[in-house]
Amino acid sequence: MTPHPAPEAGPFLGKLSLNALPLHEPILIFTFLGVAVGGLVVLALITRYRLWGYLWTEWFTTVDHKRIGIMYMILGLVMFLRGFADAIMMRLQQAMAFGGSEGYLPAHHYDQVFTAHGVIMIFFVAMPFITGLMNYIVPLQIGARDVSFPFLNNFSFWMTTSGAVLTMISLFVGEYAQTGWLAYPPLSGIAYSPNVGVDYYIWGLQIAGVGTTLSGINLIVTILKLRAPGMGLMKMPVFTWTSLCSNILIVASFPILTATLALLTLDRYVGTNFFTNDLGGSPMMYVNLIWIWGHPEVYILVLPLFGVYSEVTSTFSGKKLFGYTSMVYATVCITILSYIVWLHHFFTMGSGASVNSFFGITTMVISIPTGAKLFNWLFTMYRGRIRFELPMMWTIAFMLTFVVGGMTGVLLAVPPADFVLHNSLFLIAHFHNVIIGGVLFGLFAAINYWWPKAFGFKLDVFWGKISFWCWVVGFWLAFMPLYILGLMGVTRRMRVFDDPSLQIWFVIAAIGAAVIAVGIAAMLIQFGVSIWRRKELADESGDPWGGRTLEWATSSPPPDYNFAFTPVIHDLDAWHDMKRRGHRRPVGGFRDIHMPSNTGAGIILAGFSLVLGFALVWHIWWLAAVSFAATIVGAIYHSFNYKRDFDIPAATVAAVEDARTRQLAAGA
Amino acid sequence: MTARTIAADQSVEFYNLDEHPHPEGHSTMLGFWIYLMSDCLIFAILFACYAVLGGNYAAGPAPKDLFDLKLIALNTAMLLFSSITYGFAVLQMQRGRVKGTQIWLAVTGLFGLAFLGIELYEFHHLIEIGATPQRSAFLSAFFTLVGTHGLHVTFGIIWLVTLMVQLGKHGLGAANRRRVMCLSMFWHFLDVVWIGVFTIVYLMGVLR
Repeated sequence: MTPHPAPEAGPFLGKLSLNALPLHEPILIFTFLGVAVGGLVVLALITRYRLWGYLWTEWFTTVDHKRIGIMYMILGLVMFLRGFADAIMMRLQQAMAFGGSEGYLPAHHYDQVFTAHGVIMIFFVAMPFITGLMNYIVPLQIGARDVSFPFLNNFSFWMTTSGAVLTMISLFVGEYAQTGWLAYPPLSGIAYSPNVGVDYYIWGLQIAGVGTTLSGINLIVTILKLRAPGMGLMKMPVFTWTSLCSNILIVASFPILTATLALLTLDRYVGTNFFTNDLGGSPMMYVNLIWIWGHPEVYILVLPLFGVYSEVTSTFSGKKLFGYTSMVYATVCITILSYIVWLHHFFTMGSGASVNSFFGITTMVISIPTGAKLFNWLFTMYRGRIRFELPMMWTIAFMLTFVVGGMTGVLLAVPPADFVLHNSLFLIAHFHNVIIGGVLFGLFAAINYWWPKAFGFKLDVFWGKISFWCWVVGFWLAFMPLYILGLMGVTRRMRVFDDPSLQIWFVIAAIGAAVIAVGIAAMLIQFGVSIWRRKELADESGDPWGGRTLEWATSSPPPDYNFAFTPVIHDLDAWHDMKRRGHRRPVGGFRDIHMPSNTGAGIILAGFSLVLGFALVWHIWWLAAVSFAATIVGAIYHSFNYKRDFDIPAATVAAVEDARTRQLAAGA
Repeated sequence: MTARTIAADQSVEFYNLDEHPHPEGHSTMLGFWIYLMSDCLIFAILFACYAVLGGNYAAGPAPKDLFDLKLIALNTAMLLFSSITYGFAVLQMQRGRVKGTQIWLAVTGLFGLAFLGIELYEFHHLIEIGATPQRSAFLSAFFTLVGTHGLHVTFGIIWLVTLMVQLGKHGLGAANRRRVMCLSMFWHFLDVVWIGVFTIVYLMGVLR
């Protein structure tokens, strides 16, 4: 079953021993050497330029939603490179393993690669990216100075990072799960996965899940409580609306994941029988529960990007969004419907025709509000003065790509068709079609759109366009063959193939992945070139695109306190309204501004949690007990700190705002 | 959208120039409420598991063979009393009496400990007669649901002791009042969950 028997647990290091190091896997050794050398260089450079103090006081301990947002984006980007490396490895393996060839990845390794790819891309790429985006933009769009619970925000970020770090540790110490990204039992149970892979999976997700849930609560409360005066719910920017719905989904679904994984943990650690084959356990219970979380999860990912497309379309068409009200209602409909479709992930379970029909129909119904959104974007563009800047290009690529992904989704929603296509590469092509075409393209639109807000200069267009075309072409090359293969009946997660006539499609898909790799490289070069040329690309106005929402009303990057005076909202598209009616920016009469203080408690507590997770993975019980106690005592100690905020003196605010006044005058 | 003239617009205020900071902690109660709802979902899943798996005895003991309703009635009484006494603590807080608040919190904590003691006694008894969490899916679901509630009560007691110390140090300032109210919501929430456990697990269990 597994190449290595479960190791005996010792009292001091638990199951951990030198055998846990993958010394027999050359790929992993070279990866480890690369990571180690690269890591040492970074650490040496930070030390050489004496940046530790700066990083600690200005970034690691910050409670500023903007900096936390940027740290989330960096986490997402780093993990994206890891997740994409996994993707390339799979494409290469599948393109090679024909005609008796075993490819280059042994089964034990290949199964970890496809599991890690899925887990990392969803939990440690897409989630940090959208959380980072919402963190940065939402408070600015509603005219707030920070989120409702700034310390919690910092803590959430570090918990997410701890989960990511634990998952990365599995690459070099022990192994990762070989179960697929949702770890279905009984395969993920202790009988069939006796090693630590599934335990890394469980604890990585549990630690990150705490962060995700808390950040969801934080952003809901922020949106409900901290909107500027005059901004009723139906005057909120669409991105804020979609963020609200996305965070409601987070809070209403991540606890389900937490509970389900906890039950799997009990099965593995204590020997209970929730999802086992014996003594009354029910593996299908797990599959139901995990998808009750899993389906809302895909809407958690895509909804905020629907908001991004709305902002981008309206800004670059120079018009207010067509059908704002219907857009909001469509978002709310999707939010609710996303809860009553989960069974379509396992029509083949055998629930019977009536149950399958119900879930098939609810699934198809979701395409109605989604279609309404698409028409709203099209009508916004209709007779607009469209500017084909990078964010708009990504948006149009999204519309074309996502519609195809949506339609194959409706195909899969038909239960009889699903019986044929279930678990095939058609499904893989479908969800990459909607996640890359919907979520990633939206993120790239958002990054190109809001980068000038975060850093004060635009992104380089030339490299942006190269990245755009490589991504779009590469995506179609990589995934259309998978649709075809799926229709021919090829199932997912295969390591070797017998039928040589299939190879050409896998080769095309691998070429597509290579083109995407060029797109990713071009994007990294785009960031580098833009930072290099930041003087030429600088934007002094704070409003480089002729924006319509409040984040463009402040300087780029915004001051710590975002707004010296809280804006008063009279209309949807508040900043457009202010510009149209000739508002005057206040230049005097500044007051002290009350702000939260930085704290190291978040990173320290998350660090204890990381140790706890590692100890639990390896059954090092004394360390688990110590780090658990440290987490609790640390939290209690932190609760004795009653002085959590300070005032930015009016003089400081005046100095910052006067500099801004001079900057605006120089630009005018 | 609005059809006002430009002349009228000069009087429109776009910035709040006479602004006062939000009172500290103004959204804590809402945030804590939403947290409780997320916790409620965890219990919902455990209840759902119990509902689905609760009949899978695997030729082992069934609720009728295991549950002693008199003991559970006593246990339930302990938890319900602790909610009442927490209410008294809040009344004392509203009158501004630190000592009174602390005393009633202490009484609440003692009731909570009594509840936990009885629960541990019950668990110990069950395990001793062989009705362990590993014995059947029913017992796995039972121990996990009731045990998760018990763990929550344990954390509630740790929080309660912490809060008593903090009340002694800092009195009844806005921050501490807020904390007393949050723990109050938490404590009563656990009571409500227990009503569900008592009904669905114990009462309906012996009926089955």
